[in-house]
Amino acid sequence: MIRDLEDKTVPEKRILLSKVDQIDPGDIQSYENQGGFNALKKALGMSAEAVTQEVKASGLRGRGGAGFPCGVKWELAMKSPGEVKYLICNADEGEVGTFKDRCILQQNPFSLLEGMAITAYAIGAGKGYIYLRAEYRYLLDGLQKAIKQCEEKGYLKNIEIEIREGAGAYICGEESALMNSIEGKRGESRFRPPFPPQSGLFEKPTIINNVETLANVPPIIENGAAWYAAMGTEQSKGTKLFCVSGDVERPGVYEMELGSSLRELVDVAGAKDIGWVQVGGSTGAIIPSDMLETALSYETVLGSGAVMVFKPSRDVIDFVYRTMEFLNEESCGKCTPCREGNEVMVEILGRLVNGEGAEGDLEALQDLSETMKVSSLCGLGQSASVPVLDTLKYFKTDYENRISQSVLLRSLKAVNG
Amino acid sequence: MERNELLGVIKEEQEKNGYVSEGAMGDMAKSFGVTVGEVYGVTTFYSFLSTKPMGRHVIRICKSVPCFLQNGEGLAASIEKEIGIGPGETTADGRFTFERTNCIGACDQAPAMLLDDVVYGNLTPGKIKEILQSCD
Repeated sequence: MIRDLEDKTVPEKRILLSKVDQIDPGDIQSYENQGGFNALKKALGMSAEAVTQEVKASGLRGRGGAGFPCGVKWELAMKSPGEVKYLICNADEGEVGTFKDRCILQQNPFSLLEGMAITAYAIGAGKGYIYLRAEYRYLLDGLQKAIKQCEEKGYLKNIEIEIREGAGAYICGEESALMNSIEGKRGESRFRPPFPPQSGLFEKPTIINNVETLANVPPIIENGAAWYAAMGTEQSKGTKLFCVSGDVERPGVYEMELGSSLRELVDVAGAKDIGWVQVGGSTGAIIPSDMLETALSYETVLGSGAVMVFKPSRDVIDFVYRTMEFLNEESCGKCTPCREGNEVMVEILGRLVNGEGAEGDLEALQDLSETMKVSSLCGLGQSASVPVLDTLKYFKTDYENRISQSVLLRSLKAVNG
Repeated sequence: MERNELLGVIKEEQEKNGYVSEGAMGDMAKSFGVTVGEVYGVTTFYSFLSTKPMGRHVIRICKSVPCFLQNGEGLAASIEKEIGIGPGETTADGRFTFERTNCIGACDQAPAMLLDDVVYGNLTPGKIKEILQSCD
């Protein structure tokens, strides 16, 4: 839900959301009336190289969570030899606490399609896929109609866009697993190299970008790289859509300039009493209440833009346990560190939750975390331990108390039979 | 048929029959020129595909953290009370299958669920009761 702007004190900076209230997602005319497709017209008058250079100079980085510089990726695909190249829009928004792409797909699908048309022109892709998660089936009709309207108006002359639906798998938001899924296979991660810009979907050069990343392309082309790069911090340009949920009065999507403080954002969303905040989704960093001045940027914390707020009375170990249960369930199982590591973490945390902790548990969690970080195949396993390590850092006493209580309880039982 | 169409064909089967039977997997293996094991491997990888018959309506209550914080567990318990089955089960009359699911991207309306393809948010046990009663 995008909040209305009646409250002028809201420190939002709206680019992607600037015109949503004037756009009817079922009527392309309403988008054109707001200057829609001017960027595409401008791009088609430029060389493909110039479009890529503009995006590169803007400093736009991936908005799905990994943050790879967009223009650099495009350049790699552009230079890759071969006639056939693919563009994929990653609309498999499965990260816990993330619903920003849903807002774009629901309220302004044309901005995404314009972004895809420009991107396809820049990298020389004739075919584009939108990989839509199964959970978002209710958005399929609207999206198909938007594509049809764009085709009828002649905006998709350089690219044919096909929607491929997922079938329920968090890991398919990971780029290589997503490509396997489009190929009709199990959504397991691939070894890299080769990277997608060299060899991706059907072993062809492929650019895969998140919905929000692609929606940023039209304003960049229309207003220029310098305009865009003037916003944000040194390594985090532009604005970002944040999804605030949890213990707040006004959960929803907020667009803020990168580099804004976490406190500003949670204040806008009406957080009253804060114990900690998780930024970036299930594998996101934990920010305790005394660190709310932390900036939201690629240099500090960002991820997918999910911001989950927890009041102090929440049980931190129960939260970590639930998070690890999720990651364990969603691990694709291809590599051992992630498949087995998450399993053991859930086992240890489950014992802690049930008051059956033992000496050595924290050391085991720590050890396992380090191993998974360095040896897992993809981002899931590599970052799965972040909430464990962060809470061990900031809430160690909670863990220690839980274990000493368990140990004490067991010894009392032993004495009393 | 091209190999990349397999997942789409499995999805169609799921939608048409409510599950993907052994027989259907065997037929697909033949028409795609792959092993039955491969079809089975793809089918069982994805949580929206099932090798067991599902009910006419599938209830998926979100169990991820934002919904958990807004009493998603209480909601799940109220479903059990309402239709008498636990997660992973189907009612004897084949009307409902009840599942717990991971984040459905409706955290701004937590607690939320998917009923078939439709998302319902800001749920309470009372609202769920009404919604379920309106199902055939």
